[in-house]
Order: sequence, then structure tokens, then C-alpha cells
Amino acid sequence: MSEQTWDLIVDANDKGGRASFKKIWQYRDLLWLLVRRDFVAFYKQTILGPLWFFLKPVFSAVVYLFVFGKLAGLSTDGIPPALFYISGITAWSYFSETVGKTADVLRGNAAIFGKVYFPRLIMPLSIVFSNLLKLGIQLILIVVILTYYLITTDLVSLTPAILLLPVIVLVIAVQALGVGLFVAAISTKYRDISMLIGYVLQLGLFVAPVVYPLSSINGKFRLLVSVNPMSFPLELFRYSLFGTGTFSSQGILYMIVSTLIILLIGLYAFNKGEKTFVDTV
Amino acid sequence: MSVAIRVDNISKAYQLGVFNTGSFSSDIARWWALKRGKEDPFLQIGQENDRTSIGGSNIVWSLKDLSFDIEQGDSVGIIGRNGAGKSTLLKILSQVTHPTEGQLKLKGKVASLLEVGTGFHPELTGRENVFLNGAILGMRKQEIKQKFDEIVAFAGVERYIDTPVKRYSSGMYVRLAFAVAAHLESDILIVDEVLAVGDADFQKKCIGKMNQLGDSTGRTILFVSHNMSSIKALCKKSIFLEKGKVHSIGETGDIIGGYLSAYSPTKTGDGYLAQGASLQGTGEIRYTRFLTCKNNEGCVEFFFGEKPSLIIEVEVFKAVSDPAIGIHVVSVYGDTITMITPDKNYKPIPLEKGKYQFKVLLDEVLMPGEYSFNLTISKYNTGSDIDFIESAGTIRILRDSVDQQLDYPWATVHGYYKPRSNWETIRI
Repeated sequence: MSEQTWDLIVDANDKGGRASFKKIWQYRDLLWLLVRRDFVAFYKQTILGPLWFFLKPVFSAVVYLFVFGKLAGLSTDGIPPALFYISGITAWSYFSETVGKTADVLRGNAAIFGKVYFPRLIMPLSIVFSNLLKLGIQLILIVVILTYYLITTDLVSLTPAILLLPVIVLVIAVQALGVGLFVAAISTKYRDISMLIGYVLQLGLFVAPVVYPLSSINGKFRLLVSVNPMSFPLELFRYSLFGTGTFSSQGILYMIVSTLIILLIGLYAFNKGEKTFVDTV
Repeated sequence: MSVAIRVDNISKAYQLGVFNTGSFSSDIARWWALKRGKEDPFLQIGQENDRTSIGGSNIVWSLKDLSFDIEQGDSVGIIGRNGAGKSTLLKILSQVTHPTEGQLKLKGKVASLLEVGTGFHPELTGRENVFLNGAILGMRKQEIKQKFDEIVAFAGVERYIDTPVKRYSSGMYVRLAFAVAAHLESDILIVDEVLAVGDADFQKKCIGKMNQLGDSTGRTILFVSHNMSSIKALCKKSIFLEKGKVHSIGETGDIIGGYLSAYSPTKTGDGYLAQGASLQGTGEIRYTRFLTCKNNEGCVEFFFGEKPSLIIEVEVFKAVSDPAIGIHVVSVYGDTITMITPDKNYKPIPLEKGKYQFKVLLDEVLMPGEYSFNLTISKYNTGSDIDFIESAGTIRILRDSVDQQLDYPWATVHGYYKPRSNWETIRI
């Protein structure tokens, strides 16, 4: 028989990943439908519906305002406390929720992955996007409060830096995706890490400028917080919105490099793990 | 004809037991060995998948050096006992998991149906789920839109299409799920036993739909089932897997025949079963002999209309007060067509320690074809199995009759046996 062409070759010795941009692009409808599913299923059979997207950060901000602002008296960098806390919570919860859900993506969807093949990256991407949708809605709330303060006070000012906001959000999304993919790949075999990640995300809140600004700390602790790749994105998130924040050109370079490294490690681990994880999960 | 699927020396190893710290240290040892360019030390000690014996290694080869080609447009059934590697093969073919060794080559778009309704979300409506499930199976949104009305009509759930599927009856749910799958367009379709769900009418509809797809579009179908009737109805060719290897491959009729006879216990010409032929059940009583006879002599071929007799012997190791003996007559497609019992009311006969022989005359006329016999004995009161032997013997009923006067005349054999009946013909 003459040599024939194949559309797909699966080779056991092929160590590389099997997902390509082309394949993921072919499944873009699925990506969109999954985002829609997450969004719709979130508030089905609730009375308040999508309002819940606002209520969660508002409740947290009120508690933080009381505990960290009033009781502990932490500085808010001159930004009105309500704005400071709600922006920190919104950005941080986008990161931590995306990491948390992505970390569980292989185990949580094992029933689907065990029965049908589509590029596995579609699932984590759908988490990133559906949380992005949520973030977008929460940003509306921030903009409303911001507008109030812009009109009534001169504590905040609108600068051209707001145009940077999409870039900062992208950086946070990519970091969250990278960390989540890495944990997802390892946790299919060693569950220990999925236990660990819960604590890391809880405690990470305190080694990142969420409830305090970077400008309020000094010395060794400042160095420690600066090493956290999420610190500069958080500072820049506030800077782009309110025009106040601490960062340097080295800091921005560090942010870009660390984000790319995190993404590459995450993608590598995930692509390696996703081929056979259904056997071990 | 071109080849649509080429399986080239595919093997798949599974690790038994639990994953714990031991697996972490062996992972490191394995990584170190591979780094130095050595072979994986843990795969070398693997063994074939024989679940009855405990091996020295906790690696088992579910598939070992499997090779075959499937031509484009063929519909191929995959048969084999539980643990033969059928599901693993389907998982590799549908890319759900990766082979440990070997190569798989595919030509054309593959769709796999290892389950219906994958990804159905209970909170979403039927309409939303059709789109989601279709997309998971690899359909584009536009494609689903075009077929949407057809899918809903096929499932017969028009009225409920905007209701969340958590309020569906299980039948509606399955019908909708299957309807999506049945409208998948692909060059290769891989189907696990999804037809086991749904009522009989719907099953027929599904087989019809799949047959239609197979014939009209030159689609290649791979189908796994324990139900030989549906394999026979759907597939021209079949592959018989045994212990992760291809036992035989060929026309479905031949392969199914071979499959059924491959599992007859070894026995002598007198029908004595080898010792240890069966180790199932609690074992107070064991079948020791099974012989099909004509005029008290062993025989496996009978003319149409002849009544085979059976000689069955058992050894009772411990007296049982309520043994219920049942001889299952099994068609070539694996359906048990009837059960023969010593007493017409299924009452048990107490058996003391010792050996017994039963002589049984089958008093009904069997239709032409092949039949095998499963021997069962269980406790009448508790229902627990004492002994079970699958396919203890096979007989063939010919189309010809003894005197050539009562030959079976029709081209198709209808059913399995011919009950005695009285006909009166009255002109009215």
C-alpha cells in the first residue's frame, strides 16, 4: 500500500504538549459556552441574581474597613479607605479565585475529561474568562464609588494611567493561570499541594499590598513583599485607577519577567500532566 | 480502500495499588533512570492483565503490543471479557489517555461517545445543554444551530426544551443526550456501550440512526458492547480482545462464534469438566460433567426438529437442602433465551453428599442456529451462587431435518425455539 497521510498521530514517545493554538481556536465556541455556563449557573435560583457579584466585595470591604482601617489604623496611601479596600479585594479575589478554581480543574472535571477529548486548556481558560467577566462587573462598582469621590473630594484624580488597566488585569490573569495550571498538574498525583494552595492563598493576602499600601512598610518586610510577583500588579492596579501607588522600573521589569516564567512553568507542567492524568486522578 | 485507523504496537500500563509516599520515591527513581538514558525500571517488571492471580509487580499491562488496521467506512465491533482492554483501547483511540508505548494514526475527524450527556449541567435548560454538550463533543455553534430542531425532534422533548434538565425524567435526559451525539458529524465514530441506556424503542431508533450514518457517509464506526445482538446488527467486522492482545479479527459472525466457544471450559470427549474449571460461587456443589447427546451418545449437531438430551453430573461436597439448578440456553448473540429447571415450579431438590447424574430431554424444538449452555446452581432461599459455569457446551441445530421432509424453509431464522401449538383452521 502506498504511504498515506494522517490527520492525527499519537506517539507514546512524543514528550511535547499536544495542544496548539489552532486546536484551541477550533474550540472557541466551547470556551464561550463554558464561560456562559459558569456565569449563568452562578446565580440560577437566587433571588438577588447577578447582584451577588457586588455584594461579596462590598461585605468584605466593610469588614476590612473596620478591622484594618479603624482597629489597626493601617494607612491607605491617601486613597479613601472604601476605594482602597474594595479595589484591593477585587484584584486579589480575582487572582485567588482563578488560582483556586484552576488548581482544581483537572480533578474537578475528571468525569468529563475521562470521557471526551478536547484541548484541556479550554477549561482553565474558561475559568480565567468567566472570572474576568465577574471582575468587569465589579469594576463597575469601583467606577461608581470613584466617580462619587471625584465629584465630592479631591483625594483622588483621574490620570491617563487608567489606560494601563487592561494590561495590569492581563498580568494578574496570566499569573493566576500559570500558578493554577502548575498546581493542577501536580495535584492529580499528589493531593498535598491542593491542601497547601488553600493556605497559601489565604496567607498570601498578607504578603501582598491588599490591605496596606507598599509605601507603608519598610526594610526586610518590604523586600519580602516586593518579591511576591503579585505585589506590583496590585500597586499598579490602584495606580491606574486612583493615580497613587509605589513602583519602579526594576519592579515593572521584575513583574513582566516573573509573570512570563510563571506562565511557562505552568503550561509546561500542565501539558505534561494532562495526557495521562485520567489514569491517576 | 484507505486505512482510517492504524494501531501500531500500542501498550498501556497501569499502576495498581495506592499512590502515596512510595510512589513519590519511585517517581524520583524513574526520573533518574530516564535521565541517564535507561529504560523505565518499573515497566520492565509488568505483567499481562490476569486478575485471578496476584503478580509480583504492581504494574499491569492493560494492552500489550496491540496492532491492527481499520479501513475507512468499516463498522467494527470490539468484543472481549471484562478486563480484556476494550475500554482502555477506546480511551486511547479517543485520546482521553495517552498510550505507554506505540503509535496511533488516525485519518479524518474523530468523535467519541464513551458516555452520553458529558458535561450536561443540571441548572441549564435543555436548549443550553444541547449547545454545551455539542461543543464538548467538538461541534461548532453554527453546526448545532442548523441541526437544533432535528435534535430536539429526535429526542421528542420539544415541550421541555426551555426547562432546566434537572427537572427532566431520566428517560428524557438520556434521549436528549443521545440525540445530540447521534447528530455528530465525523469521519470516525467511537462508541462505548452507550446504547445500554434508554428503553427498547429508543435503542432501536439509535441503532437505526447509526446504521444510516454508517452506510450513507462512509463513516468508520468502532463499537464496544457486551450485547452480541447489537454488535451483530451494527458491525460487519469484529475484533476479539483477550488479555490486552488481539485474539482474532474478521467477520462478525465468525468472531462472535469464536468468542463464545473460546470460553468453554476444557473437557474430555465424555463431557467431563476439567477439575477447577469453575472456582466461582460458594462451592458446596460442583458441576463435574456436561454432555449434549443424541441417543445417549455425545453429539453437538442436531437436525432441525430433533430434541437434544443433556447429561449433567455434579459432586456434592456438603449437603445442601435447597439447591436450585438452572441451565441457561444462550443464543449466539449472548442473550439467554430460556432457563431449564428440574421442577417446573423451580422448587429445589435437596442433595446429600455424593455424586449425582441428571438426564434432561429438551422437549421443545430449537430453531436452526448455535446455542450454548450456562450451568448455574444457587441456594433457593438466599439466592447466593454455589457454582456457575459459562458456556459449558455448544450445540448446532441444522436447517435440514432427519427425513428431509420438515427442513427449515425460510431464508431468515425467526427466533430461537418453536413452542408446541395447536392450530385449528375454520372457514368462516
